[in-house]
Amino acid sequence: MGLPEVKADGAEALLARHPAPTKGARWAEEMREKAVASLRAMGAPVGRDEYWKYTDPRPLTADTAEAAVLKVDEAPVFGEVDRLKLVFVDGIFDPAQSDDLALSGVEIEHLSDALATDIHWAKDVFGVLEARGQDPVPRPMAALNTAVASVGVAIRVTGKAAKPISLRYLHENPTSDAVIHHVIKVEEGAEVTLLENGPAAARFNKCMEVEVADRATFHHVRAQGRDHERLAATHMFTRLGTESVFKSFTLTVNGVLTRNEAVIEFTGDDAQAHIAGASAGDGAFHHDDTVFITHDAVNCESRQVFKKVLRNGAKGAFQGKILVKAGAQKTDGYQISQGLMLDDDSQFLAKPELEIYADDVACSHGSTVGAVDEDALFYLTSRGVPRVDAQGMLVLAFIDEAIQEIEDAALADEIRERLGAWLERHRAV
Amino acid sequence: MMLEIKNLHVKLEEEDKVILKGVDLSVESGKVHAIMGPNGSGKSTLSYVLSGKDGYEVTEGSAALEGEDLLELEPEERAAAGLFLAFQYPVEIPGVGNMTFLRTALNGQRKARGEEELNAAQFLKLVRETAKSLKISDDMLKRPVNVGFSGGEKKRNEILQMAVLQPKMCIMDETDSGLDVDAMKLVADGVNALRDAGRGFLVITHYQRLLDHIKPDVVHIMADGRIVKTGGPELALEVEQNGYTDILAEVA
Repeated sequence: MGLPEVKADGAEALLARHPAPTKGARWAEEMREKAVASLRAMGAPVGRDEYWKYTDPRPLTADTAEAAVLKVDEAPVFGEVDRLKLVFVDGIFDPAQSDDLALSGVEIEHLSDALATDIHWAKDVFGVLEARGQDPVPRPMAALNTAVASVGVAIRVTGKAAKPISLRYLHENPTSDAVIHHVIKVEEGAEVTLLENGPAAARFNKCMEVEVADRATFHHVRAQGRDHERLAATHMFTRLGTESVFKSFTLTVNGVLTRNEAVIEFTGDDAQAHIAGASAGDGAFHHDDTVFITHDAVNCESRQVFKKVLRNGAKGAFQGKILVKAGAQKTDGYQISQGLMLDDDSQFLAKPELEIYADDVACSHGSTVGAVDEDALFYLTSRGVPRVDAQGMLVLAFIDEAIQEIEDAALADEIRERLGAWLERHRAV
Repeated sequence: MMLEIKNLHVKLEEEDKVILKGVDLSVESGKVHAIMGPNGSGKSTLSYVLSGKDGYEVTEGSAALEGEDLLELEPEERAAAGLFLAFQYPVEIPGVGNMTFLRTALNGQRKARGEEELNAAQFLKLVRETAKSLKISDDMLKRPVNVGFSGGEKKRNEILQMAVLQPKMCIMDETDSGLDVDAMKLVADGVNALRDAGRGFLVITHYQRLLDHIKPDVVHIMADGRIVKTGGPELALEVEQNGYTDILAEVA
């Protein structure tokens, strides 16, 4: 069965639009060749694809990025956090704004340096987790990323990282088309917090592969940039060892198109993965969370919590799957996706999926869409809370279940403040 | 006059159902009025219409608080003007902290009245003192609004809000429902502590028993959307002994 022409041609167009990556060692070049072959085999995403029916991929696959101009002037998120800061401007590492690549408990290199080294730990991660995550659902933008990316970091965590590593993505060129790829390995018993923020580019393709070894901990908090017109397709591929802990939270406010995919695989027993997202959109906003969690080990817990607040025609999509393989007994899988509509013009599309081949598991999922609770609104206003404030309180309360997935209380509070400020700017009048 | 309701007619907005058919009622400052009546007589509707809940349409009549037209005001404006409704079924609001809620409410009212807002320390002191007398624990104060509260705790939380907000006119909608004797006494003590020459009360109840604890000055009987009989505290006793049937037969 041949690939439809539009998908095949689309794959070639995607490959053609990016310059060849900085040459790497033989293993890295082989991995890139595999990614090219894989992209050619699966083709570019089109609206007819099962996992693209809620999100039009054309702005992502078009030859050039639509111009996006940063209009928001706001103090950068995580600005007060003591962290190791690495800055990328339109997809290019900026040493002048970045700290030295040195942190106790961590080895950090540029991706291009890691890929150019003949014998390197990244060989077991780069393109490997991405390739594993291509089955059964193809993720062409991630294959593209592996094929063409030169920029990014390779982070190996060997102990308890002295402070969070912060990746900040700035956007200056109105039509930038950035590709960034990070590989991360958290070694046995090690622990790190990764922060990400910023709009990155007019169009941003980011792929992050994270190997969390036995008894290791990985915390991730991301605030996607407030640049209103930007496009982003991001992927996170994670493999979890025995008794490891993985927690990831993403805040998205604004952006005409954001597609965040997360592929998580449990390979060791007794591990835990929580992935959460809060998004708020006003007007031309499309936000898609696509999650695939594979339980292939015993007694692991996964939790997906996604909340979207939408108004003025904003659109939210959620596609979340839990796959429990035969033998993955005592799996505890939970999934909730909820849309809060602040008017009648917005849309929330959800597709929860469970596929279970083990008989001793507890999996639950729920998906709701609704308006602000009028009874609660009346209760608050009847006590003297002004209506707009009452609505704001209820919106924040709705989102809070997702924010509570952030382990660090100070980071969680900062996210709450950002959302509060967004609501303030986007108040219904 | 603290609260003055004249010839109030109300129907449901979404259907052509008339609930209140000409209510006349005045509550003086410093007095406690009770409204009793059978199910479906319109007691709760009256409390909702006065506090500004959506879904009702006033087709005729008026309601004023110290001469100010209530019906023109938004719920939060009515609260700032001094009206308070203790809910029959206080609403659970997950994710909104009890203290945050109460402070926002109090400062919202104070701001609307042009008064200075209370800072966190002043507010905490005020709430702690009041909470203690109502046996409301710090834990309850910290939890989300009414979430996980027992029926009695919810009602005590209503009285706490009332005591902190210090309204001029308190409407209590079946505050006794779902309370055991001890909880009812606690709630009644809270209400009695607020009785004051500058404050009016309208206590809506099915039963006489709450009125044993909160002694009313005036008792009204409501039936089919109207006040059909008004008397002193003895009227409540009459209801208790004979039910509503006799009274309704008498006024029919």
